Amino acid sequence: MLRFLIRRFIWFVITVFTVMLVSFTLMRSVRGGPFDGERAIDPAIKANIEARYHLDWPIWRQFAHYVGPFNLDERRALFVTDDAGFHVVRTGPDVDAFGGVLAGDFGPSFKYKDFSVNDILAQSLPISILLGLMALMFALALGVSAGIASALRPGSLLDVSLRLAATAGIALPNFVIASFLIILFVFMIPLLPVAGWGSIRHMLLPSFCLGLVYAAYIARLTRTGMLEVLSHDYIRTAHAKGLAPRTVVMRHALKGGLLPVVSYLGPATAGILTGSLVIERIFFIPGTGSHFINSALNRDYTLAMGVTILYTVLVYALNTIVDIAYTLLDPRISLEDE
Amino acid sequence: MNLRAISALALLALVLAAAVAATRGTSLPPADLVFNNGTEIQTLDPATVTGIPEGRVMRMLHEGLVISHPKTLEPVPALAERWDISDDGLVYTFYLRKNARWSNGDPLTSADLMWSYERFLSPKTAAEYAYQLWYVKGARAFTLDVDANGDPVHPFSTVGITAPDDYTVRFELDAPTAFFMEIMAFYAQFPVNRKCIEEAQRDFPSTWRQEWVKPERLVCNGPYIVEFRRINDRIRVRKNPYYWNRDEIALETIDVLAVESYTTMLNMYLTGEVHYIDRIASNVVQDLVPREDFVPEPYLGSYFYRVNVTKPPCDDKRVRRALALVIPRRQICEMITKSGQLPSLSLVPPGLPGYTRASMRTAATASDANEPVTDAAADRAEAKRLMAEAGFGPGGKPFPTLEIHYNTSEAHRDIALVIADAWSRELGIDAKLLNQEWKVYLDTQSNLGYDVSRSAWIGDYADPNTFIDLFVTGGENNKTGWSNAEYDRLVRAAARELDPTQRMALLGAAEALLMEELPILPIYSYATQDVYSPRFGGFYSNLKDEHFPQFWYWMDDRELAAKRAAYPADGLHTLVEATGPRAGLYSPAERARRAAASSPESAGQAR
Repeated sequence: MLRFLIRRFIWFVITVFTVMLVSFTLMRSVRGGPFDGERAIDPAIKANIEARYHLDWPIWRQFAHYVGPFNLDERRALFVTDDAGFHVVRTGPDVDAFGGVLAGDFGPSFKYKDFSVNDILAQSLPISILLGLMALMFALALGVSAGIASALRPGSLLDVSLRLAATAGIALPNFVIASFLIILFVFMIPLLPVAGWGSIRHMLLPSFCLGLVYAAYIARLTRTGMLEVLSHDYIRTAHAKGLAPRTVVMRHALKGGLLPVVSYLGPATAGILTGSLVIERIFFIPGTGSHFINSALNRDYTLAMGVTILYTVLVYALNTIVDIAYTLLDPRISLEDE
Repeated sequence: MNLRAISALALLALVLAAAVAATRGTSLPPADLVFNNGTEIQTLDPATVTGIPEGRVMRMLHEGLVISHPKTLEPVPALAERWDISDDGLVYTFYLRKNARWSNGDPLTSADLMWSYERFLSPKTAAEYAYQLWYVKGARAFTLDVDANGDPVHPFSTVGITAPDDYTVRFELDAPTAFFMEIMAFYAQFPVNRKCIEEAQRDFPSTWRQEWVKPERLVCNGPYIVEFRRINDRIRVRKNPYYWNRDEIALETIDVLAVESYTTMLNMYLTGEVHYIDRIASNVVQDLVPREDFVPEPYLGSYFYRVNVTKPPCDDKRVRRALALVIPRRQICEMITKSGQLPSLSLVPPGLPGYTRASMRTAATASDANEPVTDAAADRAEAKRLMAEAGFGPGGKPFPTLEIHYNTSEAHRDIALVIADAWSRELGIDAKLLNQEWKVYLDTQSNLGYDVSRSAWIGDYADPNTFIDLFVTGGENNKTGWSNAEYDRLVRAAARELDPTQRMALLGAAEALLMEELPILPIYSYATQDVYSPRFGGFYSNLKDEHFPQFWYWMDDRELAAKRAAYPADGLHTLVEATGPRAGLYSPAERARRAAASSPESAGQAR
């Protein structure tokens, strides 16, 4: 177990560094900068703004400064105001010697000047996580129960209609489903608020829409997994022992039948977290998903990097957790001989 | 196998923690007014922001020497009780009111203003709007002449802003600037609190953020203060208890939302969760046009195509004129934009007092410059003739493929399609569409990497100069490669001209020249797209779509009925549900006036 974790960690460091390097380079090679607007500004003023964010440095130096940990910013205090309130050049003992991502500092947002990237992520991530977890709960509850129901009576009318529904769930994009549900539950039967974030009522529609696609996948995986497990000898043994069908399914079959679902949970959670931007937009939810797109469009370099790194870490951590969970469910799998 | 229990517990704890963190601060009671601002704003610092959504928030938190009247846009006293303008139009003296205060209770004096202007103009602040004060003597040099460290070479005393006493501020201008009062009502000139900024600097010596604008620190002087802020969600503001005119402020709290999706904002408006939205998707315009809550008004903006005049064949004036003549402007306004936009044959939009627009020449002369005759057959014939004269068309050279460059958006694409079709049908030009993502599009435009490029301009102040000034030689926003010495001369002469009629005539001559040379192809002028509850009072769709919250209130049923009784019977005022408090919400001063008016003895006095 420990060896597994150490190996994972080494790969983690390599992955994150590669992601940082590639996305930094990609982003800088795209035309247009964070301070380009429809109103072209005086070159002298623009130069001042760019200098404040070190965009006048050579690109390797900007990268080194961004990653850290050593603070290359002898003009760090350009972000700081002096006694007269102007941004000034300052160095000295109170200027942090360490900075950058390695020191946990994702830098200033170029677009939202009142916030650091850390602020923005700290504000939006809990919202996205909550939305994602609710969506996942919907997906699991709906998917697993539909999958079991299908597997127990394969070929029945119930099975066919559930499978049809699952196919529809996969085929329909979530914004279409969202529009239907909004028309139904907001305008025709005024039960739920149309958009916004705050109370549990606000979360129902978006998390349902977000989870539906995953519910459909999970239903199919559960059905396949269960069908396979139900044909195994040990299930027949359990039946032969005279156990109630309910106990056989819930205690013996489900454990093996859910293995494919568990391995799918890693990518599903990652997909829900990173794929929430459409739902966030439709339901006006201040989560991280919208920053993922907007920061790239705004050329908000630091925020785009921050979100990318965050998602990399999340996806990596989730996959590791899934791998560990796998061994708990299936004793035949060992982490050591990966 | 306790690991399973632990992980289940950990997951539960995570959900709870996320739920607590994610819903923190949202149990706020509903605000008196909720409006949509369209996006998250850049900062709360009035000196360094640009943009329309930003402006709306600045006007709530900060206040300048004057503000604009919501209907007429005339200057209304704010920090300044009154002002003098010297006869030569070069010296503006403002007399501050003695009861103006910051939101921490401190008095606001001329020293605060002087410090704010110095900060605004300082090259280190890097204010994008600094050029607005460059009409003041020495201001341009103060901002632009810097030493190796980026510090200004000249002391601030060289700038023509002085404070003769605690309650007087004087501006000396380089040239009479007709729209200087309007600049003074613009948010970039609004003062900021020195103590607040310096304390934040002391408490947070090295930080990325602008600490002083945090809700718990920000000291401002406008009618509202920030109570709560969550990025990409809302800014909740509350009435500033120290605002000098607090008795005239009706709304106690206002929520400013950052909804970006057009459909979502309309849904929120229709369900009454939002009382005012500022834009609508063009596919719903037809449903909104008959409603009383959607009354588009002319808006100070122009939609046009820039032409790269450095690149053949568009370096030929005749070609540009042919292209301009066959644009089906009426069709675009009636079939695509559909909400009150006006076909335009000029750069400057209509509605500017004292100014007569100069239109490009067409076959039919319009009786009214605001209703130009376009899409005429005679124009198409003339365009064909010009193309032949330039050597293209049957028997002449083949016309190279022309690219219409625009930023990715359905509305722009639809317009480009119609124009490309007209060019190909009437002139036999092979016109292609090229869309680019916003920042790439801007880059292409600045570097003249296009043939014809979609453009638009929203005026900064209600004066033709804000448009005409764009196309002077070497202007950052010219972006066409066009240069004309006579045009530059006219614009410079207008800037120095004292007589308003003469000045407008000079600007008109410049526009006429521009419409003769056509480095831009005019298409239409904008209309406001505000949709707001009929009950929302003190709010008017105006030329600049600029709204000061000082005037806002909710009408009671009686006032609403009176407003509705005055509607013209034009089928454009179908009654809709008026969201907002039925009892209305008036300022303390207004309530007192109403109480006085309704009691019999004082009613007699009032008459």
